[in-house]
Amino acid sequence: MYQYDTIDKAMLADRSAEFRGQVARRLAGELTEDQFKPLRLMNGLYLQLHAYMLRVAIPYGSLNPTQLRKLAWIGRTYDKGYGHFTTRTNLQFHWIKLADTPDILDHLASVDMHAIQTSGNCIRNTTTDPYAGATAEEVDDPRVWAEAIRQWSTFHPEFSFLPRKFKIAITAAPKDRTAARVHDIGLVLKRARDGALGFEVIVGGGMGRTPYVGPTIREFLPVNRLLSYLEAILRVYNRHGRRDNIYKARIKILVAALGKDEFARQVEAEWAKIGEGADLPDTELARIRGAFAQTNFETLPAQSEAFEAAKAAKPAFARFVRNNVKPHKRPGYGIVEISLKGIGDTPGDATSEQMEVVADLAEQYGLGDIRVTHEQNLVLPHVKLDDVPAVWAALAEAGIATPNINLVSDIIACPGLDYCALANARAIPIAQHIAEKFRDQDRAEKIGELKIKISGCINACGHHHVGHIGILGVDKKGEEFYQLTLGGSGAEDASVGSMLGPALPYDKVADAVDTLVDVYLRERHDGERFLDTFRRTGVTPFKEAVYADAH
Amino acid sequence: MPTLIELKDGVAKAAEDPFTHVADDQDMASGDVIVSLGRFQAEGEGLLSEGRRVGVRLKAEEEVEALAYDLPQLSVVALEFPKYRDGRAYTNARLLRERFHFKGEVRAVGDVLREQAAFMVRVGFDAFEPADDASSNEWQAAAHRYRHVYQRSADGRAPAFAEREG
Repeated sequence: MYQYDTIDKAMLADRSAEFRGQVARRLAGELTEDQFKPLRLMNGLYLQLHAYMLRVAIPYGSLNPTQLRKLAWIGRTYDKGYGHFTTRTNLQFHWIKLADTPDILDHLASVDMHAIQTSGNCIRNTTTDPYAGATAEEVDDPRVWAEAIRQWSTFHPEFSFLPRKFKIAITAAPKDRTAARVHDIGLVLKRARDGALGFEVIVGGGMGRTPYVGPTIREFLPVNRLLSYLEAILRVYNRHGRRDNIYKARIKILVAALGKDEFARQVEAEWAKIGEGADLPDTELARIRGAFAQTNFETLPAQSEAFEAAKAAKPAFARFVRNNVKPHKRPGYGIVEISLKGIGDTPGDATSEQMEVVADLAEQYGLGDIRVTHEQNLVLPHVKLDDVPAVWAALAEAGIATPNINLVSDIIACPGLDYCALANARAIPIAQHIAEKFRDQDRAEKIGELKIKISGCINACGHHHVGHIGILGVDKKGEEFYQLTLGGSGAEDASVGSMLGPALPYDKVADAVDTLVDVYLRERHDGERFLDTFRRTGVTPFKEAVYADAH
Repeated sequence: MPTLIELKDGVAKAAEDPFTHVADDQDMASGDVIVSLGRFQAEGEGLLSEGRRVGVRLKAEEEVEALAYDLPQLSVVALEFPKYRDGRAYTNARLLRERFHFKGEVRAVGDVLREQAAFMVRVGFDAFEPADDASSNEWQAAAHRYRHVYQRSADGRAPAFAEREG
């Protein structure tokens, strides 16, 4: 993993000192809340319904055990003993006191962490494949480029006051676990026939009020030209993105208005003027690449007797393996996903005790490596198959061995009206109702991959547009209603879901999902996921079933 | 009369402003003046021929490319921040320095707050009309708060990757 050097550490120390001064001015009354707002927002500090929320950056979703223990400690010391992992692979604390924030930032900085650019109209945390460095599917390690972008985008002097926030995702595997095509910029690392590495560059995807699957503006960008090309895209956007209407300010609106060809032409023209002088020198790329080279794998047989014996002896372990353990590029290793979607729990929440268990397991069994997924789960990317039974037992003890990765109860939900000042409706209890409905694990496995995503308002933090089943909270005369969409996907087969029909009241949503699943089980052909069946049949059978009662 | 802060050799100092901002609907002032792009295009030749120093004030949506041929004659390009969060002037400033090699003063006007000082200095601004009554000392502290930078920009500071090479 990348280690911060004295320069990286000095950046965080300077930032922390600056914010301490700003908070002191606010607490002394030298700054009004209006004047303070832009300053706190540059440090990931939001004022929500009940308290301040601090969003801590987890660059490309990568943590070491010391960092995760510190997050657990902060949760216990300054919050209510838990934290919430987000779809940007960050961690939010929802019950923070303003006066504590300078100390919290110092504690974060002591483990090379911060809240830089977790809010504001700047380049946000770059996300990548949580299986990076572990999956055999990838052509190269995408974290190298995520780290290069982290440094380039941190306190960027030209691009810190963009028309709107800006999110970049990088994947290096054909199976996209980053939702690259619904990002402001999605980068797909590929290898050309001659072996050269390059990026497919996708610009102008997004969710919110106007969802788009982003178009590809360049099929193959040589990897070492990445930063100059990003500079060209950001410059065109900074100059020409709309600033008159917050809802039309994302780059997707500019790309759609110009058309992808004209947008690409402007980027290429700007890129030609910028030239290679804006790219990272090969020496720096080599330095970063070296930091991600994993050298301490053991040479193991592909089969593990202990692992196979545990599967045979314990059906619950076998179920966990079927759903939560994924193939590793090295023989004898596995990728272990830790679901933060326990039945009846808040999606993405982890208690301080659970974080400490995961940190300990990563240290003891996982080469000290922990990842956060955009689907709000955790990953131990490098676990010996021999050790998976012990990891599973410890997770079960901590209540985080739910065997439901990619299944119906592995739901993305935003904090919704329980926390958020923007929300129209609650999202968390809807997720809980649905999870309860599919508590039967045999049935959940029979249903197979089904991605449900819930947003409490049209800002779409819960990614409802790209849910196989999407659920959007709306306000109808002061009551919570929910609009269902079907057929969305954030993966390599990205699409925006289409509307099922009239919005449903709060207490009918889980039943409607149950009905949709019944229709799928009735209609599906062999091997089809819910999404495939929907794409084949269209909306009609689903719509008829859900609204049958209404007639 | 807003205070002017000038940055010279890395030091921010309060300065007397020798220039007068002349709005489009005002009569022309005497001495050194800063005028809009439209007024410069109409009256610039005449003003310059009178031997006075002339600056142009660009709105956020106006692009420095419009001044490309006039830059050698200009003493000041003033770039407007209609709101602190409107970041278009950062691009204009950086291009003035890096692409057009403009050697005159690049001045920040409008909603100019000390929290932006470090960004502004990095893209090549060297004169500031603060809207928050920041003193030159406060501006100096804000502009130089960070000991390191990660990217190349118009200020020529060595980015982290260059420092690492030693």
